[in-house]
Amino acid sequence: MQAIANEGAATLIHEIAAVIVENKAWLSEIDGKIGDGDHGINMAKGFGRASERIDAGDTLSSAMQTLSDVLMSEIGGSMGPLYGMMFQDMADSLGAAPQIDAAAFGAMMRAGLDGVLDIGAAKPGDKTLLDALVPALDAYDATLTETGDFASALAAMRDAAQAGRDRTENMIARVGRSSRLGERSRGVLDAGASSCALILEGFANGIAVRLKSA
Amino acid sequence: MQRFLNNPDDVVDETVAGFAAAHSDMLHVSADNPRVVLSNWAGTAGRVGVVTGGGSGHEPAFLGYAGRNMLDAVAVGEIFSSPTAKTFHDAIRAADGGAGVAVLYGNYAGDNMNVKMARKMAAKEDIAVETVVANDDVCSAPLSEREKRRGVAGEIFMWKVGCAAAAEGADLAGVIAAAQKAIDQSRSVGVGLAPCTLPQVGHPNFQIEPGKMEVGIGHHGEPGVRVEALPSANDVADDMVRLVLDDHDLPAGTEVAVLVSGLGATPINELYILYARMAQQIEARGLRIWKPYVGNFFTSLDMVGATLTVLALDDELKRLLALDATCPAM
Repeated sequence: MQAIANEGAATLIHEIAAVIVENKAWLSEIDGKIGDGDHGINMAKGFGRASERIDAGDTLSSAMQTLSDVLMSEIGGSMGPLYGMMFQDMADSLGAAPQIDAAAFGAMMRAGLDGVLDIGAAKPGDKTLLDALVPALDAYDATLTETGDFASALAAMRDAAQAGRDRTENMIARVGRSSRLGERSRGVLDAGASSCALILEGFANGIAVRLKSA
Repeated sequence: MQRFLNNPDDVVDETVAGFAAAHSDMLHVSADNPRVVLSNWAGTAGRVGVVTGGGSGHEPAFLGYAGRNMLDAVAVGEIFSSPTAKTFHDAIRAADGGAGVAVLYGNYAGDNMNVKMARKMAAKEDIAVETVVANDDVCSAPLSEREKRRGVAGEIFMWKVGCAAAAEGADLAGVIAAAQKAIDQSRSVGVGLAPCTLPQVGHPNFQIEPGKMEVGIGHHGEPGVRVEALPSANDVADDMVRLVLDDHDLPAGTEVAVLVSGLGATPINELYILYARMAQQIEARGLRIWKPYVGNFFTSLDMVGATLTVLALDDELKRLLALDATCPAM
Protein backbone atom coordinates (compact mmCIF):
# COMPACT_ATOMS: atom_id res chain seq x y z
CA MET A 1 0.00 0.00 0.00
CA GLN A 2 1.10 3.55 -0.66
CA ALA A 3 -1.26 5.33 1.76
CA ILE A 4 -2.69 5.11 5.25
CA ALA A 5 -6.10 6.25 6.47
CA ASN A 6 -6.23 9.63 8.19
CA GLU A 7 -8.86 8.32 10.58
CA GLY A 8 -7.23 6.39 13.40
CA ALA A 9 -3.78 7.77 12.57
CA ALA A 10 -3.98 9.85 15.74
CA THR A 11 -2.10 6.96 17.33
CA LEU A 12 0.98 8.23 15.47
CA ILE A 13 0.92 11.25 17.80
CA HIS A 14 0.49 8.93 20.80
CA GLU A 15 3.65 7.09 19.69
CA ILE A 16 5.62 10.29 19.06
CA ALA A 17 4.55 11.69 22.42
CA ALA A 18 5.68 8.51 24.14
CA VAL A 19 9.12 8.82 22.55
CA ILE A 20 9.38 12.48 23.59
CA VAL A 21 8.41 11.62 27.17
CA GLU A 22 10.95 8.75 27.21
CA ASN A 23 13.65 11.17 26.09
CA LYS A 24 12.75 13.93 28.55
CA ALA A 25 15.94 13.67 30.60
CA TRP A 26 18.18 13.40 27.53
CA LEU A 27 16.66 16.46 25.86
CA SER A 28 17.00 18.49 29.04
CA GLU A 29 20.58 17.36 29.47
CA ILE A 30 21.52 18.51 25.93
CA ASP A 31 19.67 21.79 26.45
CA GLY A 32 21.36 22.35 29.80
CA LYS A 33 24.80 22.45 28.18
CA ILE A 34 24.06 25.61 26.21
CA GLY A 35 20.50 26.52 27.19
CA ASP A 36 18.57 26.53 30.42
CA GLY A 37 17.93 22.80 30.59
CA ASP A 38 14.16 22.80 30.34
CA HIS A 39 13.62 21.59 26.77
CA GLY A 40 12.86 18.01 27.80
CA ILE A 41 10.63 19.16 30.64
CA ASN A 42 8.57 21.45 28.41
CA MET A 43 8.40 19.03 25.48
CA ALA A 44 7.38 16.11 27.69
CA LYS A 45 4.76 18.27 29.40
CA GLY A 46 3.27 19.49 26.11
CA PHE A 47 3.34 16.21 24.17
CA GLY A 48 2.31 14.20 27.24
CA ARG A 49 -0.69 16.42 28.01
CA ALA A 50 -1.78 16.47 24.36
CA SER A 51 -1.48 12.69 24.11
CA GLU A 52 -3.91 12.24 27.01
CA ARG A 53 -6.47 14.40 25.19
CA ILE A 54 -6.20 12.59 21.85
CA ASP A 55 -8.54 9.68 21.16
CA ALA A 56 -7.04 6.72 19.31
CA GLY A 57 -9.87 6.80 16.79
CA ASP A 58 -9.21 10.44 15.84
CA THR A 59 -7.75 11.55 12.56
CA LEU A 60 -4.13 12.57 12.41
CA SER A 61 -5.36 16.04 11.44
CA SER A 62 -7.36 16.44 14.60
CA ALA A 63 -4.60 14.95 16.77
CA MET A 64 -2.09 17.45 15.39
CA GLN A 65 -4.55 20.28 16.01
CA THR A 66 -4.93 19.19 19.65
CA LEU A 67 -1.16 18.97 20.01
CA SER A 68 -0.78 22.46 18.53
CA ASP A 69 -3.42 23.89 20.87
CA VAL A 70 -1.66 22.49 23.94
CA LEU A 71 1.77 23.70 22.81
CA MET A 72 0.51 27.20 22.03
CA SER A 73 -1.78 27.69 25.00
CA GLU A 74 0.01 25.82 27.77
CA ILE A 75 3.73 25.58 27.02
CA GLY A 76 5.04 28.94 25.84
CA GLY A 77 8.78 29.57 25.68
CA SER A 78 10.22 29.29 22.19
CA MET A 79 9.27 25.69 21.50
CA GLY A 80 5.58 26.26 22.23
CA PRO A 81 5.07 28.66 19.32
CA LEU A 82 7.55 26.94 16.99
CA TYR A 83 6.15 23.41 17.26
CA GLY A 84 2.69 24.86 17.83
CA MET A 85 2.78 26.63 14.46
CA MET A 86 4.38 23.61 12.80
CA PHE A 87 1.62 21.20 13.87
CA GLN A 88 -1.09 23.80 13.26
CA ASP A 89 0.00 24.21 9.64
CA MET A 90 0.48 20.46 9.23
CA ALA A 91 -3.07 19.90 10.50
CA ASP A 92 -4.44 22.55 8.15
CA SER A 93 -2.56 21.08 5.19
CA LEU A 94 -3.85 17.55 5.77
CA GLY A 95 -7.34 18.79 6.53
CA ALA A 96 -10.16 16.35 5.82
CA ALA A 97 -8.15 14.17 3.42
CA PRO A 98 -9.35 10.59 3.94
CA GLN A 99 -6.00 9.07 2.94
CA ILE A 100 -2.43 10.11 3.67
CA ASP A 101 -0.33 9.23 0.64
CA ALA A 102 3.22 10.26 -0.16
CA ALA A 103 2.18 13.53 -1.80
CA ALA A 104 -0.16 14.52 1.03
CA PHE A 105 2.48 13.70 3.65
CA GLY A 106 5.16 15.67 1.78
CA ALA A 107 2.86 18.69 1.41
CA MET A 108 1.93 18.44 5.09
CA MET A 109 5.58 18.48 6.19
CA ARG A 110 6.38 21.42 3.87
CA ALA A 111 3.46 23.33 5.38
CA GLY A 112 4.88 22.62 8.85
CA LEU A 113 8.29 23.91 7.77
CA ASP A 114 6.69 27.08 6.39
CA GLY A 115 4.95 27.58 9.73
CA VAL A 116 8.25 27.38 11.59
CA LEU A 117 9.95 29.75 9.14
CA ASP A 118 7.07 32.21 9.42
CA ILE A 119 7.04 32.49 13.22
CA GLY A 120 10.73 32.04 13.96
CA ALA A 121 13.73 34.11 12.95
CA ALA A 122 16.16 31.28 12.15
CA LYS A 123 17.53 29.92 8.92
CA PRO A 124 19.32 26.64 8.20
CA GLY A 125 22.80 26.59 9.72
CA ASP A 126 21.80 28.58 12.81
CA LYS A 127 21.84 25.44 15.01
CA THR A 128 18.09 25.01 15.42
CA LEU A 129 15.42 22.43 14.65
CA LEU A 130 15.57 23.62 11.03
CA ASP A 131 18.91 21.82 10.68
CA ALA A 132 17.09 18.52 11.15
CA LEU A 133 13.85 19.46 9.41
CA VAL A 134 15.11 21.05 6.19
CA PRO A 135 17.53 18.29 5.09
CA ALA A 136 14.96 15.68 6.12
CA LEU A 137 12.28 17.14 3.85
CA ASP A 138 14.77 17.61 1.02
CA ALA A 139 15.78 13.94 1.32
CA TYR A 140 12.13 12.91 1.42
CA ASP A 141 11.30 14.81 -1.77
CA ALA A 142 14.44 13.64 -3.59
CA THR A 143 13.89 9.98 -2.71
CA LEU A 144 10.23 10.14 -3.60
CA THR A 145 11.04 11.64 -7.00
CA GLU A 146 13.69 9.01 -7.58
CA THR A 147 11.88 5.88 -6.40
CA GLY A 148 8.22 6.82 -6.22
CA ASP A 149 8.09 4.76 -3.02
CA PHE A 150 6.51 6.27 0.13
CA ALA A 151 8.32 3.94 2.54
CA SER A 152 11.74 4.60 0.99
CA ALA A 153 11.14 8.35 1.14
CA LEU A 154 10.15 8.11 4.82
CA ALA A 155 13.33 6.16 5.62
CA ALA A 156 15.40 8.77 3.80
CA MET A 157 13.64 11.52 5.76
CA ARG A 158 14.39 9.82 9.08
CA ASP A 159 18.05 9.20 8.24
CA ALA A 160 18.58 12.75 6.98
CA ALA A 161 16.96 14.18 10.11
CA GLN A 162 19.35 12.22 12.29
CA ALA A 163 22.35 13.23 10.20
CA GLY A 164 21.18 16.84 10.33
CA ARG A 165 20.79 16.65 14.09
CA ASP A 166 24.33 15.25 14.38
CA ARG A 167 25.73 18.08 12.25
CA THR A 168 24.39 20.65 14.73
CA GLU A 169 27.13 19.50 17.10
CA ASN A 170 29.69 21.42 15.08
CA MET A 171 27.55 24.48 14.49
CA ILE A 172 27.64 27.80 16.34
CA ALA A 173 24.24 28.91 17.62
CA ARG A 174 23.04 32.06 15.88
CA VAL A 175 19.56 32.57 17.32
CA GLY A 176 17.95 32.28 20.74
CA ARG A 177 19.55 32.19 24.14
CA SER A 178 22.49 29.96 23.22
CA SER A 179 23.58 32.39 20.47
CA ARG A 180 25.23 34.51 23.18
CA LEU A 181 27.70 31.68 23.72
CA GLY A 182 29.27 32.13 20.30
CA GLU A 183 32.13 29.68 19.88
CA ARG A 184 31.25 28.09 23.23
CA SER A 185 28.03 26.70 21.69
CA ARG A 186 30.08 24.39 19.45
CA GLY A 187 30.51 20.76 20.46
CA VAL A 188 26.97 20.20 21.73
CA LEU A 189 23.91 18.92 19.85
CA ASP A 190 21.05 21.37 19.45
CA ALA A 191 18.11 20.37 21.64
CA GLY A 192 15.50 21.54 19.11
CA ALA A 193 17.12 19.60 16.26
CA SER A 194 17.27 16.58 18.57
CA SER A 195 13.57 16.67 19.43
CA CYS A 196 12.71 17.36 15.78
CA ALA A 197 14.66 14.26 14.68
CA LEU A 198 12.70 12.21 17.24
CA ILE A 199 9.41 13.55 15.84
CA LEU A 200 10.39 12.80 12.24
CA GLU A 201 11.64 9.34 13.22
CA GLY A 202 8.28 8.75 14.87
CA PHE A 203 6.40 9.69 11.73
CA ALA A 204 8.71 7.67 9.47
CA ASN A 205 8.69 4.47 11.50
CA GLY A 206 5.04 4.72 12.49
CA ILE A 207 3.79 5.24 8.95
CA ALA A 208 6.12 2.54 7.57
CA VAL A 209 4.64 -0.02 9.96
CA ARG A 210 1.11 1.01 8.99
CA LEU A 211 1.91 0.83 5.26
CA LYS A 212 3.09 -2.76 5.67
CA SER A 213 0.05 -3.86 7.58
CA ALA A 214 -2.40 -1.90 5.41
CA MET B 1 19.66 22.86 46.95
CA GLN B 2 18.73 24.83 50.07
CA ARG B 3 15.49 26.33 48.83
CA PHE B 4 11.94 26.90 50.02
CA LEU B 5 9.98 24.56 47.77
CA ASN B 6 6.91 22.40 47.78
CA ASN B 7 6.64 20.65 44.44
CA PRO B 8 9.13 22.24 41.99
CA ASP B 9 6.44 21.98 39.30
CA ASP B 10 4.23 24.38 41.27
CA VAL B 11 6.69 27.23 41.89
CA VAL B 12 5.12 29.60 39.38
CA ASP B 13 1.53 29.09 40.53
CA GLU B 14 2.60 29.43 44.15
CA THR B 15 4.61 32.58 43.43
CA VAL B 16 1.61 34.16 41.71
CA ALA B 17 -0.63 33.12 44.59
CA GLY B 18 1.74 34.72 47.09
CA PHE B 19 1.85 38.03 45.21
CA ALA B 20 -1.93 38.06 44.97
CA ALA B 21 -2.30 37.31 48.68
CA ALA B 22 0.27 39.87 49.79
CA HIS B 23 -0.75 42.69 47.48
CA SER B 24 -4.51 42.36 47.05
CA ASP B 25 -4.77 46.14 47.43
CA MET B 26 -2.94 46.54 44.11
CA LEU B 27 -3.31 43.42 42.00
CA HIS B 28 -5.18 40.16 41.51
CA VAL B 29 -5.09 37.04 39.36
CA SER B 30 -7.32 37.02 36.29
CA ALA B 31 -10.40 34.82 36.67
CA ASP B 32 -9.95 33.73 33.04
CA ASN B 33 -6.29 32.76 33.10
CA PRO B 34 -4.25 31.87 36.20
CA ARG B 35 -1.10 33.11 34.43
CA VAL B 36 -2.40 36.65 33.97
CA VAL B 37 -1.90 39.10 36.85
CA LEU B 38 -4.03 42.24 36.71
CA SER B 39 -3.72 45.61 38.33
CA ASN B 40 -6.85 46.45 40.32
CA TRP B 41 -7.18 49.41 37.94
CA ALA B 42 -6.83 47.34 34.72
CA GLY B 43 -9.07 48.10 31.78
CA THR B 44 -9.99 51.67 32.81
CA ALA B 45 -12.29 52.90 30.05
CA GLY B 46 -10.69 55.30 27.58
CA ARG B 47 -7.15 54.78 28.87
CA VAL B 48 -4.42 52.99 26.94
CA GLY B 49 -3.71 49.63 28.57
CA VAL B 50 -0.10 48.67 29.27
CA VAL B 51 0.99 45.02 29.29
CA THR B 52 4.24 43.18 29.81
CA GLY B 53 5.18 39.58 30.32
CA GLY B 54 8.11 37.25 30.62
CA GLY B 55 9.44 34.16 32.26
CA SER B 56 9.24 33.72 36.02
CA GLY B 57 12.27 33.74 38.31
CA HIS B 58 12.93 37.49 37.92
CA GLU B 59 10.69 38.63 40.79
CA PRO B 60 9.64 41.22 41.63
CA ALA B 61 9.64 41.51 37.80
CA PHE B 62 7.37 41.18 36.03
CA LEU B 63 4.18 40.85 38.06
CA GLY B 64 5.37 43.15 40.87
CA TYR B 65 5.12 46.13 38.55
CA ALA B 66 1.34 45.85 38.19
CA GLY B 67 -0.52 48.49 40.15
CA ARG B 68 -2.01 51.97 40.09
CA ASN B 69 -0.61 54.04 37.22
CA MET B 70 1.65 51.06 36.55
CA LEU B 71 1.18 47.93 34.42
CA ASP B 72 -2.41 46.87 33.78
CA ALA B 73 -1.72 43.25 33.01
CA VAL B 74 1.26 40.92 33.23
CA ALA B 75 1.63 37.63 31.34
CA VAL B 76 3.44 35.11 33.52
CA GLY B 77 5.59 32.35 32.01
CA GLU B 78 7.30 29.28 33.42
CA ILE B 79 10.70 29.85 35.05
CA PHE B 80 12.91 31.64 32.48
CA SER B 81 10.46 30.75 29.73
CA SER B 82 8.17 33.06 27.75
CA PRO B 83 4.45 33.11 28.57
CA THR B 84 2.26 31.49 25.94
CA ALA B 85 0.71 33.46 23.11
CA LYS B 86 -2.67 32.77 24.68
CA THR B 87 -1.54 34.24 28.00
CA PHE B 88 -0.20 37.39 26.30
CA HIS B 89 -3.49 37.58 24.41
CA ASP B 90 -5.55 37.23 27.60
CA ALA B 91 -3.42 39.94 29.23
CA ILE B 92 -4.00 42.25 26.25
CA ARG B 93 -7.76 41.69 26.40
CA ALA B 94 -7.90 42.38 30.12
CA ALA B 95 -5.83 45.56 29.77
CA ASP B 96 -7.90 46.96 26.93
CA GLY B 97 -10.10 49.88 27.91
CA GLY B 98 -11.02 50.71 24.33
CA ALA B 99 -8.02 52.95 23.62
CA GLY B 100 -5.61 50.23 22.56
CA VAL B 101 -2.86 48.34 24.34
CA ALA B 102 0.90 48.91 24.52
CA VAL B 103 2.90 45.70 25.02
CA LEU B 104 6.28 46.66 26.48
CA TYR B 105 8.54 43.62 26.71
CA GLY B 106 12.13 42.39 26.44
CA ASN B 107 13.98 41.19 23.36
CA TYR B 108 13.98 37.39 23.72
CA ALA B 109 13.19 34.83 21.00
CA GLY B 110 10.25 33.25 22.80
CA ASP B 111 8.67 36.53 23.87
CA ASN B 112 9.02 37.92 20.34
CA MET B 113 7.18 34.92 18.88
CA ASN B 114 4.46 34.73 21.50
CA VAL B 115 3.75 38.47 21.43
CA LYS B 116 3.64 38.35 17.61
CA MET B 117 0.98 35.63 17.74
CA ALA B 118 -0.95 37.33 20.54
CA ARG B 119 -1.01 40.52 18.50
CA LYS B 120 -2.53 38.63 15.56
CA MET B 121 -5.18 37.16 17.88
CA ALA B 122 -5.99 40.63 19.27
CA ALA B 123 -6.21 42.09 15.77
CA LYS B 124 -9.08 39.68 15.02
CA GLU B 125 -10.94 41.28 17.94
CA ASP B 126 -10.15 44.81 16.74
CA ILE B 127 -7.91 45.60 19.71
CA ALA B 128 -5.17 47.99 18.59
CA VAL B 129 -1.82 46.68 19.84
CA GLU B 130 1.59 48.33 19.51
CA THR B 131 4.84 47.12 21.00
CA VAL B 132 8.15 48.38 22.33
CA VAL B 133 10.95 45.83 22.60
CA ALA B 134 13.52 46.58 25.29
CA ASN B 135 17.18 46.26 24.29
CA ASP B 136 19.16 48.01 27.01
CA ASP B 137 21.79 45.33 27.78
CA VAL B 138 25.02 46.77 26.35
CA CYS B 139 27.04 43.54 26.53
CA SER B 140 24.56 41.40 24.60
CA ALA B 141 25.47 42.85 21.18
CA PRO B 142 27.46 45.79 19.81
CA LEU B 143 25.82 49.21 19.65
CA SER B 144 25.72 48.93 15.86
CA GLU B 145 23.41 45.92 16.28
CA ARG B 146 21.26 47.36 19.03
CA GLU B 147 18.20 45.51 17.71
CA LYS B 148 19.88 42.27 18.81
CA ARG B 149 20.42 43.40 22.38
CA ARG B 150 18.45 41.84 25.22
CA GLY B 151 16.13 43.73 27.50
CA VAL B 152 17.08 43.78 31.18
CA ALA B 153 16.43 46.16 34.07
CA GLY B 154 15.93 49.13 31.74
CA GLU B 155 12.51 47.57 31.18
CA ILE B 156 11.51 48.98 34.57
CA PHE B 157 12.06 52.53 33.32
CA MET B 158 10.24 51.67 30.09
CA TRP B 159 7.23 50.43 32.08
CA LYS B 160 7.20 53.31 34.54
CA VAL B 161 7.39 55.93 31.81
CA GLY B 162 4.94 54.21 29.44
CA CYS B 163 2.41 53.63 32.23
CA ALA B 164 2.71 57.24 33.42
CA ALA B 165 2.04 58.47 29.88
CA ALA B 166 -1.07 56.27 29.77
CA ALA B 167 -2.14 57.63 33.17
CA GLU B 168 -1.75 61.19 31.88
CA GLY B 169 -4.15 60.33 29.08
CA ALA B 170 -1.75 59.93 26.15
CA ASP B 171 -3.09 57.99 23.16
CA LEU B 172 -1.53 54.69 22.06
CA ALA B 173 1.05 56.38 19.83
CA GLY B 174 1.96 58.71 22.70
CA VAL B 175 2.42 55.86 25.17
CA ILE B 176 4.55 53.94 22.68
CA ALA B 177 6.69 57.02 21.94
CA ALA B 178 7.30 57.68 25.65
CA ALA B 179 8.18 54.05 26.39
CA GLN B 180 10.42 53.87 23.33
CA LYS B 181 12.23 57.02 24.42
CA ALA B 182 12.76 55.57 27.91
CA ILE B 183 14.35 52.39 26.59
CA ASP B 184 16.35 54.23 23.92
CA GLN B 185 17.82 56.39 26.68
CA SER B 186 18.56 53.39 28.96
CA ARG B 187 21.73 51.34 29.10
CA SER B 188 22.38 48.40 31.42
CA VAL B 189 25.13 46.01 32.34
CA GLY B 190 25.18 42.96 34.61
CA VAL B 191 27.95 41.13 36.42
CA GLY B 192 27.59 37.61 37.80
CA LEU B 193 29.59 36.07 40.65
CA ALA B 194 27.77 32.74 41.01
CA PRO B 195 25.17 30.94 38.85
CA CYS B 196 21.50 30.30 39.52
CA THR B 197 19.57 27.03 39.77
CA LEU B 198 16.19 26.33 38.18
CA PRO B 199 14.09 24.55 40.82
CA GLN B 200 12.91 21.91 38.35
CA VAL B 201 16.46 21.16 37.19
CA GLY B 202 18.09 21.14 40.63
CA HIS B 203 21.64 22.10 39.64
CA PRO B 204 23.17 25.27 38.16
CA ASN B 205 22.80 25.42 34.40
CA PHE B 206 26.04 27.29 33.89
CA GLN B 207 29.21 27.80 35.87
CA ILE B 208 31.16 30.71 37.24
CA GLU B 209 34.30 29.49 38.92
CA PRO B 210 34.83 30.55 42.54
CA GLY B 211 36.87 33.74 42.65
CA LYS B 212 35.75 34.75 39.15
CA MET B 213 33.30 37.31 37.81
CA GLU B 214 31.42 37.18 34.49
CA VAL B 215 31.18 40.74 33.16
CA GLY B 216 28.14 41.40 30.98
CA ILE B 217 26.18 38.35 32.11
CA GLY B 218 22.54 38.11 31.01
CA HIS B 219 19.45 37.60 33.11
CA HIS B 220 19.46 33.83 32.52
CA GLY B 221 23.21 33.38 32.75
CA GLU B 222 23.89 34.25 29.12
CA PRO B 223 27.65 34.71 28.87
CA GLY B 224 29.06 38.19 28.97
CA VAL B 225 32.05 39.81 27.36
CA ARG B 226 34.74 38.47 29.69
CA VAL B 227 35.45 36.33 32.73
CA GLU B 228 38.06 37.62 35.12
CA ALA B 229 39.29 37.35 38.69
CA LEU B 230 36.82 39.09 41.01
CA PRO B 231 38.34 42.45 41.97
CA SER B 232 37.30 44.84 44.76
CA ALA B 233 33.75 46.23 44.84
CA ASN B 234 35.07 49.64 43.78
CA ASP B 235 36.79 48.15 40.74
CA VAL B 236 33.60 46.28 39.81
CA ALA B 237 31.58 49.49 40.17
CA ASP B 238 34.08 51.41 38.03
CA ASP B 239 33.96 48.72 35.36
CA MET B 240 30.15 48.72 35.26
CA VAL B 241 29.91 52.50 35.05
CA ARG B 242 32.50 52.51 32.26
CA LEU B 243 30.67 49.84 30.24
CA VAL B 244 27.35 51.66 30.51
CA LEU B 245 28.53 55.21 29.93
CA ASP B 246 31.06 54.41 27.19
CA ASP B 247 28.09 53.02 25.26
CA HIS B 248 25.98 56.11 25.85
CA ASP B 249 27.72 59.35 25.07
CA LEU B 250 26.02 61.87 27.36
CA PRO B 251 26.93 65.55 27.53
CA ALA B 252 28.12 66.92 30.87
CA GLY B 253 25.24 68.19 32.96
CA THR B 254 22.82 65.49 31.75
CA GLU B 255 20.47 64.40 34.51
CA VAL B 256 20.15 60.64 34.94
CA ALA B 257 18.14 58.07 36.86
CA VAL B 258 20.31 55.23 38.17
CA LEU B 259 19.02 51.78 39.04
CA VAL B 260 21.17 49.18 40.78
CA SER B 261 19.50 45.79 41.14
CA GLY B 262 20.67 42.63 42.81
CA LEU B 263 20.33 39.40 40.83
CA GLY B 264 18.75 37.48 43.70
CA ALA B 265 21.42 36.24 46.10
CA THR B 266 23.57 39.31 46.65
CA PRO B 267 23.12 40.99 50.05
CA ILE B 268 21.41 44.37 49.82
CA ASN B 269 24.26 46.07 51.67
CA GLU B 270 26.65 45.09 48.88
CA LEU B 271 24.36 46.84 46.38
CA TYR B 272 24.82 49.99 48.44
CA ILE B 273 28.58 49.46 48.54
CA LEU B 274 28.49 49.35 44.74
CA TYR B 275 26.13 52.32 44.53
CA ALA B 276 28.33 54.56 46.68
CA ARG B 277 31.20 54.18 44.25
CA MET B 278 29.01 54.21 41.13
CA ALA B 279 27.41 57.51 42.15
CA GLN B 280 30.84 59.02 42.65
CA GLN B 281 32.00 57.80 39.24
CA ILE B 282 28.85 58.89 37.44
CA GLU B 283 29.12 62.37 38.92
CA ALA B 284 32.83 62.48 38.14
CA ARG B 285 31.79 62.20 34.49
CA GLY B 286 29.78 65.38 34.85
CA LEU B 287 26.36 63.73 35.05
CA ARG B 288 23.81 64.66 37.68
CA ILE B 289 21.95 61.88 39.48
CA TRP B 290 18.33 63.00 39.63
CA LYS B 291 16.91 59.79 41.11
CA PRO B 292 18.66 56.62 42.33
CA TYR B 293 17.01 53.24 42.91
CA VAL B 294 18.92 50.54 44.84
CA GLY B 295 17.45 47.14 45.67
CA ASN B 296 16.23 43.87 44.19
CA PHE B 297 14.17 45.15 41.27
CA PHE B 298 14.84 42.53 38.60
CA THR B 299 16.45 39.29 39.74
CA SER B 300 17.55 35.94 38.32
CA LEU B 301 16.52 33.33 40.91
CA ASP B 302 19.52 32.88 43.22
CA MET B 303 22.20 34.33 40.98
CA VAL B 304 24.91 36.26 42.82
CA GLY B 305 25.51 39.50 41.00
CA ALA B 306 24.17 42.94 40.21
CA THR B 307 23.04 45.11 37.33
CA LEU B 308 23.45 48.83 36.71
CA THR B 309 21.03 50.80 34.54
CA VAL B 310 21.43 54.47 33.65
CA LEU B 311 18.56 56.41 32.07
CA ALA B 312 19.33 59.81 30.51
CA LEU B 313 16.50 62.19 31.36
CA ASP B 314 14.75 65.14 29.80
CA ASP B 315 11.83 67.13 31.21
CA GLU B 316 9.24 64.70 29.82
CA LEU B 317 10.97 61.62 31.24
CA LYS B 318 11.43 63.32 34.61
CA ARG B 319 7.75 64.25 34.76
CA LEU B 320 6.68 60.70 33.83
CA LEU B 321 9.12 59.04 36.26
CA ALA B 322 7.88 61.29 39.04
CA LEU B 323 4.17 60.71 38.39
CA ASP B 324 2.53 59.16 41.43
CA ALA B 325 2.21 55.38 41.12
CA THR B 326 2.00 52.36 43.38
CA CYS B 327 3.00 48.77 42.77
CA PRO B 328 4.57 46.07 44.95
CA ALA B 329 8.04 46.38 43.43
CA MET B 330 8.84 50.07 43.78
